[in-house]
Amino acid sequence: MTTYLLRRVGQAIAVVIGVMVLTFIMIHMVPGSAARATLGLKATPGRIAIFNSVNGLNEPLIEQFFTYVKQVMHGNLGTSYSLQQPVSTLITQRLPIDLVLLGPSTVLSLLIALPLGIYQAARRNSIGDNTVTVVAFILYAMPDFFFAMLLIAIFSVQLNLLPSDVPEASSVAGILSDPKALVLPILTLTLLSIAGFSRYMRSSAIDALAQDYIRVAKAKGLSERLVLFRHVARNSMLPIITILGLAAPGIVAGAVIAEEIFNYPGMGLLFFKAATSQDFPVMLGSTLVVGVATVLGNLVADIAYSLLDPRIRYASE
Amino acid sequence: MPASEPVLGTAENPEITDADTADGGEVATIGSGRLILSSLVRNRLALVGLGIVVVIVLFCYLGPVFYHTNQVKVQLNLEELPPGSGHPLGTDASGYDVLGRLMLGGQSSLELGFAVAIATTVFGTLYGAFAGFVGGVVDGLMMRVIDTFLALPTIVLLLILVNLVTPTLWMIILLLAALSWLGVARLVRGEVLSLRTREFVEASKVMGGTNWRIIIRHLVPNCIGVIIVSATFTIADAILMLSTLSFLGLGLPPPHADWGSMMSDGLNYLYDGYWWLVYPPAIILITTVVAFNMIGDAIHDSLDTRVRSR
Repeated sequence: MTTYLLRRVGQAIAVVIGVMVLTFIMIHMVPGSAARATLGLKATPGRIAIFNSVNGLNEPLIEQFFTYVKQVMHGNLGTSYSLQQPVSTLITQRLPIDLVLLGPSTVLSLLIALPLGIYQAARRNSIGDNTVTVVAFILYAMPDFFFAMLLIAIFSVQLNLLPSDVPEASSVAGILSDPKALVLPILTLTLLSIAGFSRYMRSSAIDALAQDYIRVAKAKGLSERLVLFRHVARNSMLPIITILGLAAPGIVAGAVIAEEIFNYPGMGLLFFKAATSQDFPVMLGSTLVVGVATVLGNLVADIAYSLLDPRIRYASE
Repeated sequence: MPASEPVLGTAENPEITDADTADGGEVATIGSGRLILSSLVRNRLALVGLGIVVVIVLFCYLGPVFYHTNQVKVQLNLEELPPGSGHPLGTDASGYDVLGRLMLGGQSSLELGFAVAIATTVFGTLYGAFAGFVGGVVDGLMMRVIDTFLALPTIVLLLILVNLVTPTLWMIILLLAALSWLGVARLVRGEVLSLRTREFVEASKVMGGTNWRIIIRHLVPNCIGVIIVSATFTIADAILMLSTLSFLGLGLPPPHADWGSMMSDGLNYLYDGYWWLVYPPAIILITTVVAFNMIGDAIHDSLDTRVRSR
């Protein structure tokens, strides 16, 4: 177990370094200079030269990378070119706001998807199962942006029930000042992730149903309800822990589109705006935070999985 | 069996497969190609999916032969006509017939999907098979590269990468393929890890087979099921990702047309009541993606010995 833990942590560190190298290389390949993006097209060559030297853009790439790593270790993610604020401030401001969106939608989609998957597995190939499957496929096949726009068209434009824009705010309190505005963004993300989760839960529950302990439970004369809720549910939910870890980047990806459409002031919108204005430090910073969060999430998921499932023993070969 | 990592996937668990083969189950007697085909025929959803794909391919490629429309010259006197005689699905902002454009756009959506799937499958399979077969430090390094890419959301990578290149068709294909090969590489590696200790690999080694010969002639054919499943999903995902790119204004520039760009262009007119610019491309795109997913799902089920045996 210790060997496994050590190896797993080592892998995580390697991936974090990989993430930093990858984003650094990509962002420095972007054509068009950061100076022009910040100072405007009319900037004089002199001002561009000053901007480049102040921001260290004239140094060799390798040096820029090590400077960056050193700064990151000190919690300094640089200063946004366009917003003139420290990136770390921007991110710590946006993260709690994102939790208001991502937390409820992930919990809600799990609350719906898990029972749905168990139902489908228990009634495999019935009309109900096939209907849910088709609906899940359709939800999965909907481009995120189309689904969000469709919800706006129905609930905001046609029925005039819900606002399509989240209030312009920079704090959680500001976001919560108009709770009705949160309904559509949360609904979008919830429905979009139900599709994936319910598919995993279905196949996981099908696996569980085929196990001997289910046959024993049935043979003991337990009612189907008890078998499903006590035995199948608990056992088939285990793999979902791993799936949840793996789904993290997908959830963030959905949030980028949804935040763009609903003008939700989270990390997704921050990144999107940075990408369109070539704001390097913000792009680097938020990509790094998301990457590290994903790696840590996966690490925690793997460890939790091994602790919760006594059948899994990580032998060191 | 390397017990170092939790084996999550369904078809990946070698113990189960071994047991089934030893029981004298179907696996041993029927080739995987025929097995996939026969389970496709048995699975209703898969048949429906296959039917839809055939109909849509015919619509896109045979349709223009019978239904001639102008898709080249902008005709502003014909712009945004509602569906009616002469234009069953109306016209768009440039005066193009929407039905005809659906056929044309479908061709590029489908071709892009297939191109991405082929590129992804070839590269991902070889990468995964090599890593799994060689093992050790090389495998570890190769897998960390995949983990690195997987830790970042596709859309984030895409937003950065699209800024780097001029969005030509080939560039987009290359970009989407560059972000799609990770899944299949991981799956194939998992399969190869369990296959590489089998007798037929040992036999090939003893007979002097080179690494690449063993990988290409023996290991890859044994992973064909996993490979086909992920290829069908890749086609669907590529079509979806292209539409997201178009929506963000980073897709292929006009006069190029695909379902995604038609859809995102149409969304600008959604609140003006020009529904025929949005829903037809949306419905055909979603239907196509659903169809490919249904096929992939069915093949996946058919490969899962535990599911099949029940």
